[in-house]
Amino acid sequence: MPVKNVYEARIEHLQILDEEARLDEKLAKWPDGRPVLTDAEVLELYQYMVRCRAVDDLAFKLQRSGRMGTYPQNRGQEAAAVGAGFAAKRGVDYLVPCYRENAALWMHGLPMHYVLLHWMGDERGNQIPDGVCQTPLCIPIGTQMLHATGIAWAFKMRKEARVAITFFGDGATSEGDFHEAMNFASAFQVPCVFFCQNNQWAISVPRESQTASETIAQKAVAYGMPTTQVDGNDLFAVVRASTDAIERARAGGGPSFIEAVTYRLADHTTADDARRYRDAKEVEAWQKRDPLIRLRSYLQARKLWDDAKQAALDDEAKAAATEVVRTAEGIEAPSTDEMFDYTFAAPLPAELELQKRTLQTHSLGQDPAQAGLSAQQA
Amino acid sequence: MPLMTLVQAINSALAQEMERDERVVILGEDVGLNGGVFRVTDGLQAKFGPDRVIDTPLAESGIMGTAIGLAMAGMRPIPEIQFEGFLGPAYDQLCNHAARYRSRTRGAVTVPMTVRVPWGGGIHAPELHSDSPETIYVHQPGLKVVCPSTPYDAKGLLLSAIRDPDPVVFFEPKRVYRSFKEEVPEEDYTIPIGQAKVLTEGTDLTLVSWGSMVFQCLEALDTLPDDMSVELIDMRSLYPFDTDAIVQSVEKTGRCVIVHEAPKTCGLGAELATVLQERCFLHLKAPVQRVAGFDVMMPYYKLELDYLPNAQKVAQAVGQCLAY
Repeated sequence: MPVKNVYEARIEHLQILDEEARLDEKLAKWPDGRPVLTDAEVLELYQYMVRCRAVDDLAFKLQRSGRMGTYPQNRGQEAAAVGAGFAAKRGVDYLVPCYRENAALWMHGLPMHYVLLHWMGDERGNQIPDGVCQTPLCIPIGTQMLHATGIAWAFKMRKEARVAITFFGDGATSEGDFHEAMNFASAFQVPCVFFCQNNQWAISVPRESQTASETIAQKAVAYGMPTTQVDGNDLFAVVRASTDAIERARAGGGPSFIEAVTYRLADHTTADDARRYRDAKEVEAWQKRDPLIRLRSYLQARKLWDDAKQAALDDEAKAAATEVVRTAEGIEAPSTDEMFDYTFAAPLPAELELQKRTLQTHSLGQDPAQAGLSAQQA
Repeated sequence: MPLMTLVQAINSALAQEMERDERVVILGEDVGLNGGVFRVTDGLQAKFGPDRVIDTPLAESGIMGTAIGLAMAGMRPIPEIQFEGFLGPAYDQLCNHAARYRSRTRGAVTVPMTVRVPWGGGIHAPELHSDSPETIYVHQPGLKVVCPSTPYDAKGLLLSAIRDPDPVVFFEPKRVYRSFKEEVPEEDYTIPIGQAKVLTEGTDLTLVSWGSMVFQCLEALDTLPDDMSVELIDMRSLYPFDTDAIVQSVEKTGRCVIVHEAPKTCGLGAELATVLQERCFLHLKAPVQRVAGFDVMMPYYKLELDYLPNAQKVAQAVGQCLAY
């Protein structure tokens, strides 16, 4: 009996704007001839990425000067976040993030200062405004992907032409929930896009130690969903692959997987020191592939950008970032009621009301009822 | 009024609520075609279709996590975890996500879902099919936990749970799934979460329990001398629990025995006893006593009845407490 080949897989890598900022003119157009990104769009997205970088840089400084807690810098991954965010429809599609795609969240309507508020230790940074379709930052790894699958499933049940897109890193692909989310999503053909920001490092563990798979993208093959690898520092490639995946999902084609190959240019968080575990030469090499540098070179080559415009943008972005910080720092500290009031929908259980009163009125001791005493005995 | 077992009452509540509210979906392992391993969801897939009574892949975290997403997106999912021992893989999703979302988003994102879980020992089941982990979930802020013991209470509490705006863990004492029938109204009715029920009124001692242990308590009452007047309270809701019900009773009786099958140390009985000494100290005529499981692994079924509290142990504790 001859051995039969029962399955074959192929993983493609998409790059449209290469490291030298050369554009593949063919891939930069859809089959119908429309550009993947118009000049106006590239200009707008580039400037937006610079503004996001300015907030990210300032957030780092806030932590260093003791004005904010631990913060995970997004530096270097802006093309991935912005490209995916651009491909999704604001107010329609649902973003389900981890914590290194701020630019996508802001594009979809989350006020910038919310992210700072979160890292300043205030839950109101997660209080997503009405009409903004996203879940808050998710701190444990990979768990949010199941929520994305569930949200997408609800869209499918209600026959809404909406898509959920979830973000996670290369480290998350080792978590059980990653596999369960992918399996549920494909078993039920829900409109969900799994967007992996493979930034090469899960804190100190390099991508090659995380998994023996040659690519992250191939993991999706096991779940029977379309999958591709893209240059995650190439805005064009990210937009093209994300649009493909999102529109396929919207049209009823089920889930897709995207591995965006990028690099975490900063430490894992401000509490980390990446010099302990990674080679400076590696970081230098990736700095040259910084998506902002690549996009600026492209725009300058096309005479759409120049140094004077850059200087003006840098000033404007810095001022805007300062304004974001001012907004976040201007918000009054939360009242202690808040930690009780949102444990359940009102009315709170009697015991919780009692504990709330204890904190409000007897901060140096117990409410008499809490101690089992009547007011007279107290 | 029809007579129903606990299984039938839950099935009836599920069918009724699915009829009333199209956002309600059931998902879990074997819940569809097979009607659940205990047949609690029997016939529901045939009635409501495979898109609303969904056989999922075999993954508890996946069931819980996708149910969270469904709830966030406006559905009213009812995930079933096949046995309480398999809550482990779903613990992270239940406690670190479902329970936290309202609080961590200051009300912006909520997770209205009811997690149905067959619970407890006494049915000669395999390992990890007989545990009583309710305290773990009672201790988790943001979760409500109920454990009805009768068909009537099960239907009313389940309808409350499904309509609750927050996640509710609904433990079903599998030992009494089919042990008796009682009258259950066909019409819609709810029992508020957080209310205990006085099963028998009495003046000498308060007996407090929940789940299938309620029936061991009832059996114990039958063996007591006629001049012992015991008030039996079925907690029904474990979080929030009905402090007033037990306090009022113990203020009257001055004595209390708490019976549960979960391990004794830090079991819910410990919390109830503490509340009673806080609130009823000057009324107490004897130390509050506990008849509980031991701080051991739930044994395989050859020893399961040695582990579980029973009517004899309860009767003995009642006698000792009264004689103190």
